[in-house]
Amino acid sequence: MTALYTLTDLSKRYTRGKESITIFEQLDMTIDQGDFISIMGPSGSGKTTLLNLLGGIDRPSSGAVDCEGTRVDKLSEGKLAKWRSQHVGFIFQFYNLMPTLSAAQNVELPLLLTNLSGKERKRRVETALDIVGILDRKGHRPAQLSGGQQQRVGIARAIVADPKVLLCDEPTGDLDRNTADEVLETLQLLNRELNKTIVMVTHDPAAAGYASKELHLDKGRFVAKENT
Amino acid sequence: MRQTLAVISLNLRSIPRRLGMSTATVGAVALVVAVLLGFQAIGNGFRATAERSGAEDIAIMLREGSQAELNSGLSRDQARLIEVADGVARDETDSGIISAELYVIVDGVLRGAQTEANLGLRGMEANGPAMRQGFSLVEGRMFSPGAAELIVGEGVRREFLGFELGQEIRLGTNDWTVVGIFSTGGTVFDSEVWSDLGVLQNLYQRGSSVQSVRARLTSPDGLERLQAYVENEPRLNLDVQTEAEFFAGQSSGTAGVISSLGWPLSIVMAIGALAGAWNTLYSSVDARAREIATLRAIGFSGLSAFTGTMAEAVMLSAIGGAAGTAIAVLFFNGLSFQGLGDSFTQVVFDLSVTWDSIETGIALAIMVGVLGGLFPAIRAARMPILAVHRSS
Ligand SMILES: Nc1ncnc2c1ncn2[C@@H]1O[C@H](COP(=O)(O)OP(=O)(O)O)[C@@H](O)[C@H]1O
Ligand SMILES: [Mg+2]
Repeated sequence: MTALYTLTDLSKRYTRGKESITIFEQLDMTIDQGDFISIMGPSGSGKTTLLNLLGGIDRPSSGAVDCEGTRVDKLSEGKLAKWRSQHVGFIFQFYNLMPTLSAAQNVELPLLLTNLSGKERKRRVETALDIVGILDRKGHRPAQLSGGQQQRVGIARAIVADPKVLLCDEPTGDLDRNTADEVLETLQLLNRELNKTIVMVTHDPAAAGYASKELHLDKGRFVAKENT
Repeated sequence: MRQTLAVISLNLRSIPRRLGMSTATVGAVALVVAVLLGFQAIGNGFRATAERSGAEDIAIMLREGSQAELNSGLSRDQARLIEVADGVARDETDSGIISAELYVIVDGVLRGAQTEANLGLRGMEANGPAMRQGFSLVEGRMFSPGAAELIVGEGVRREFLGFELGQEIRLGTNDWTVVGIFSTGGTVFDSEVWSDLGVLQNLYQRGSSVQSVRARLTSPDGLERLQAYVENEPRLNLDVQTEAEFFAGQSSGTAGVISSLGWPLSIVMAIGALAGAWNTLYSSVDARAREIATLRAIGFSGLSAFTGTMAEAVMLSAIGGAAGTAIAVLFFNGLSFQGLGDSFTQVVFDLSVTWDSIETGIALAIMVGVLGGLFPAIRAARMPILAVHRSS
């Protein structure tokens, strides 16, 4: 196994007024290529903050976030934006789709940052929608789709630019059991067939069961336990 | 750039979600532009009408630099030099068709308010009346040379007390008899009272001096010939212009004042519209905080968020500008308007919305959009990416 992410000596503090809250203190972590990691833990334990640091939408107070030799924490804003567009796909609990755009237009958004031709973008959008099983709804607006369908569009958007890693923050937190299972199977498929590295935060032990590694975050420390 | 276009399109598509506020912003901008164009239309109409009411074949001569009749002064001898000038038309007896004139201001009493108001009393020579376009005597007769007799413009009879045909009237320290009523078909002269030049010079102790000389021109190039004659005659230092030019010059000050009256009002209203645009765009940015942050997380630039918000602001204000222009053109253009002011009391003119003022109005509208959108757009550009986690 080759390491995709190496987090070293990572600390994250928030200062609110005179108060300072420490989320992580000298945390070390490795994420291997092809991992499907679930992260569980009590509310406020820093799960989302960890995903933010991995995805380059937040910066650590100190320590290093290394992704394949790139010091993500050291990139300038512009370089970081470009890095995000090429390396990570975000999947959100509330999908974060643009309400005025169709499913296909939502999925196309990351490709607008590339030099791909319109024809090539269309091909990739349809491939992504097909992989998540929602190609037949490509012209629908988010409001015309169920929660599970919207999350599939969200996943298609996350994979369309072919990033190595998918960062999912409670992707099934807003879905019923059956729909959640379908979405989780899709994620598992992306991990197994397309070799996407997935880091998924969840409250749901059943969801965590789809992952190949389960981590528990508590008071800024990990407790690892391998799935068998 | 594709991402910028995409964000602009997202902003514009989001406008219907704030239909009320967006419509109010458009309406406020429309009002600003309509008011501005309305005032300018009055000014433009005033100017155009004044230009129309002067003749091209009548020259007016005033002392050089005097601009208005009241500031001018010429001697009888100078007037006689013009009578034989090149470019001036001749009558059957081969004398130049001119009228030397004296213009004084007297007090009259307005019918309605029973208050005193200024009234122009003009002494003129025999050729004077016929040199006014559309002149006709509607009642009575002409004043006789040497007699203290008046002919009265229709407007004066209508607005002032005591100018009925046959009446005696005291103006200043002198008694006059009204012997005729004349009309010039609604030009400025309908607001004047006319008498014989010699009588007026006598009663007002002006000796033989006059203020202006009017001359009928021989032909379209008569003006140039007359101007050349005056130029080469050392005893004459006069400004020579056609009556049309003279009226245009007289009205441009007033027209400018009317046109510019619209500005302070428009600017005050524009500030209101700007506050509205500002408010609307701030709510746009706040309502779309999670969307903006999501785009940033995907890799879109802060600049694209800025541009998208500016585009939304400018779109709203441009629609407002277009609506305001449409209102102005539909409701003001060609509308008849009763002119105000001392000598223009009777002047009725048509409003005219010009391309120049439309350009100014649209520019003002877009400026409201740019200024109103600026700070919300900066807020959009600075939206923290962590807003992706907000629950809606
Ligand atoms: N922007 C912020 N400013 C201050 N405190 C924050 C901020 N974001 C998160 N926190 C705090 O950091 C802690 C961890 O938050 P988070 O990572 O969202 O936890 P989780 O996702 O595990 O529930 C919480 O106590 C939260 O209040
Ligand atoms: Mg969280």
